[in-house]
Amino acid sequence: MNRSFRTPLGRVDGLGAAKSGTGHFWRQRLTALALVPLSVWFVASALAYVGAEQGAVAAFFAQPLNAILMFLFVLAAVYHMSLGLQIIIEDYFHQEGLKLGLIILMRFGCWGTGAVASYALLKLALGTPA
Amino acid sequence: MDEAPHLPGPVSRPAGQIQTRPLQTRPLSPHLQIYGWTVTMAASITHRLTGVALAAGMVLVAWWLFAAASGADTYLVFVRVASHPVGLVVLFGLLWSLAFHLLNGIRHLAWDLGYGFKLSTARLTGALVYLFSVLIAAGAFVLGLMVRGGFGV
Repeated sequence: MNRSFRTPLGRVDGLGAAKSGTGHFWRQRLTALALVPLSVWFVASALAYVGAEQGAVAAFFAQPLNAILMFLFVLAAVYHMSLGLQIIIEDYFHQEGLKLGLIILMRFGCWGTGAVASYALLKLALGTPA
Repeated sequence: MDEAPHLPGPVSRPAGQIQTRPLQTRPLSPHLQIYGWTVTMAASITHRLTGVALAAGMVLVAWWLFAAASGADTYLVFVRVASHPVGLVVLFGLLWSLAFHLLNGIRHLAWDLGYGFKLSTARLTGALVYLFSVLIAAGAFVLGLMVRGGFGV
């Protein structure tokens, strides 16, 4: 007997087998879309500073627009790679404990990488010029 | 082994008799290694592999930023490693990985919008992704070598 006032559609809304609905799918596409221009900008910028001295690279990221774009690139890339690596782990590791452990380690690694990059960017953008 | 022949396909048995043939001898659905390689499946697995490579590459990006934020001496260590032949190979690999993942990612986004599903189209775009990813990576790498007299400092 159905004692709930919620409709069947309402109960599954946003859920599904993974209890996350289309959230993962949508975020992967959203970050992918953001990374199309951001990664092109990143490679073009990095290529322009090949072999440059530390001071020149620091000066580049001291400019607000460059620091903000680089932060967006790091944020979108770290989010995108954590979502992608999760799918790969879920596809190839079927033992529940191992799968969960790998996903936790992977997430820590991704956001740890993002934290290191963000700290460095903050220092370059806001720190006193050397 | 019982008397059941190890043959694919349905085995005739008397009506009403419960099947006793062990499950292991039944034909399985073919797995990946059975199929011949097509450009579409190659592009699919390459997308995954380049994605993993790029995730590792982000660690190097974080190192690059951290080195730049740490001062001239620390940055020089990064430049030395990056300009080493092994570093150059890794950098070219990452450039190609990004070019491939970016182009094939756009192919995926087009599919999400419902475009490019025709088999001939999917094969063509897959081949084009391989071609242009190599061209872009090679072009970007040469461009990088030309900037400021190359990687050497």
